[in-house]
Amino acid sequence: MKILVPVKRVIDYNVKVRVKSDQSDVDLTNAKMSMNPFCEIAVEEAVRLKEKGVATEIIAVTVGPKACQEQLRNAMALGVDRGIHVECDSFPESLQVAKLLAKLVEQEQPGLVIIGKQAIDSDNNQTGQMLAALSGMPQGTFASEVVVEGEHVLVTREVDGGLQTLKLTLPAVVSTDLRLNEPRYAKLPDIMKAKRKPLDVKTADELGVDLTPRVTTLKVTPPPTREAGIKVDSVQELLTKLRDEAKVL
Amino acid sequence: MAVLVYAEHNNHELKTETHKLITAANKMGDAVHVLVAGSNCAGVATQASEIDGVASVLVADNSVYEHQLAENISELVHSLASDYSHIVAAATTTGKNFMPRVAALLDVVQLSDVIAVDSADTFVRPIYAGNAIATVQSSDAVKVVTVRASAFDAAATGNSASISNVDAVYANQVSEFVSEEVTKSDRPELTAANIIISGGRGMQDGEHFAMLEGIADKLGAAVGASRAAVDAGFVPNDMQVGQTGKIVAPQLYIAVGISGAIQHLAGMKDSKVIVAINKDPEAPIFQVADYGLVADLFEALPELEAGL
Repeated sequence: MKILVPVKRVIDYNVKVRVKSDQSDVDLTNAKMSMNPFCEIAVEEAVRLKEKGVATEIIAVTVGPKACQEQLRNAMALGVDRGIHVECDSFPESLQVAKLLAKLVEQEQPGLVIIGKQAIDSDNNQTGQMLAALSGMPQGTFASEVVVEGEHVLVTREVDGGLQTLKLTLPAVVSTDLRLNEPRYAKLPDIMKAKRKPLDVKTADELGVDLTPRVTTLKVTPPPTREAGIKVDSVQELLTKLRDEAKVL
Repeated sequence: MAVLVYAEHNNHELKTETHKLITAANKMGDAVHVLVAGSNCAGVATQASEIDGVASVLVADNSVYEHQLAENISELVHSLASDYSHIVAAATTTGKNFMPRVAALLDVVQLSDVIAVDSADTFVRPIYAGNAIATVQSSDAVKVVTVRASAFDAAATGNSASISNVDAVYANQVSEFVSEEVTKSDRPELTAANIIISGGRGMQDGEHFAMLEGIADKLGAAVGASRAAVDAGFVPNDMQVGQTGKIVAPQLYIAVGISGAIQHLAGMKDSKVIVAINKDPEAPIFQVADYGLVADLFEALPELEAGL
């Protein structure tokens, strides 16, 4: 079984994001970029399934400018067999990414697509679900456990009230939540080997997907700041303040 | 045109998120219709009909909708979509699960996690874990929107809107419910609570969360946790408050032994009053707290409980 893993290049999660003074966007100049953390979990899960003998080949896909190939190489260093880069000038909207992925699913026929539940830049949490709908596949979102059994996959999902387990018929889309696994670090020899793994470059035109945006960003502003309040010296003083000043008790 | 709101419920009880969605939906279009999809959910439909600002309630009551599987619900909502300018659901794990499928079936984008409605086509939503706020305009004919319920006030009740049945049945052969582990608790849900007391890594282990529970029971509060406490295995993930967990905005949020990582702040900084108890005076949580107490939580918590 093949596994397809989409990965996204995003600002590193440790970097403090700043908004440009003209309110057009956030300022990513010289910011450290990395693989989206939920995508790292997706890569790790795919590699574990290959190590268990469930998967035979792992293909990573990324959509975006040329620099995104760095994240494909990272994924290969972690155990992905080959990469596909859909090159475009900027990062398309989720629906368009889902359409591109649907085309690649048609071409590659993976048994499983494992995808991060959301990217930490746009925070949309959409692409996997959209891909599932476009490709007519069932979905197991926000997964904390994935067990492949023959023609099915059992997905335990993190839902608001607790956990839910679904049985999906393959091919299926699984989106990763935080507790699914703890991603490994790439070893130096694997980083070297990754440079020689196959990497195909495609365009949206070749795949027949229109990338005209549907959403216009009118402005991007910093969030309202919250001023630090006061320090109290004792639990008694805290209780008095909460009762008499804040009136929340 | 009218707005279709997907009711958040568990087949027995309508969740308060729905009341907040109605407030948001009334800023988008002329009339608000509520869809209740579930199994043996007539009681939920009645509760929905009582919300002010609801013009009518549609009920799709069938066993295929019992677990609100994304595959079935998205087809159901898609089948109703042509009558509406907007389709709205809560940005809960239910809404996040099926709504992007609806958008894809309609060939439109989805606007996720909306915190304010500027006009029928312009919405405000946080990006980069809440470190930036984007105002976005959609050119699509139908707007598919998930709403962060905590950003809106709940609509009042006292209405009696008409209720009608939707007979359409969408089942699928590829996705099947197996089991669920529902966290049992007599305390309010995190996203509905007026008061929340949360513990972080400073709690040291899961057993010490009992100290928070004692206080929560006296206050009628919910108990939450930081991602650090979840990652350390102290408590289950459904207690997590933060960008990757639940986004809350209670009247009072008490953070105990929580340092205040950006991703936690993103989940609670809209709370009305924030209290921080931490022994490290430099902890970033104090920068957002209205009232900070630098103290050993193992001494402060028993005193707090006794003082309530």
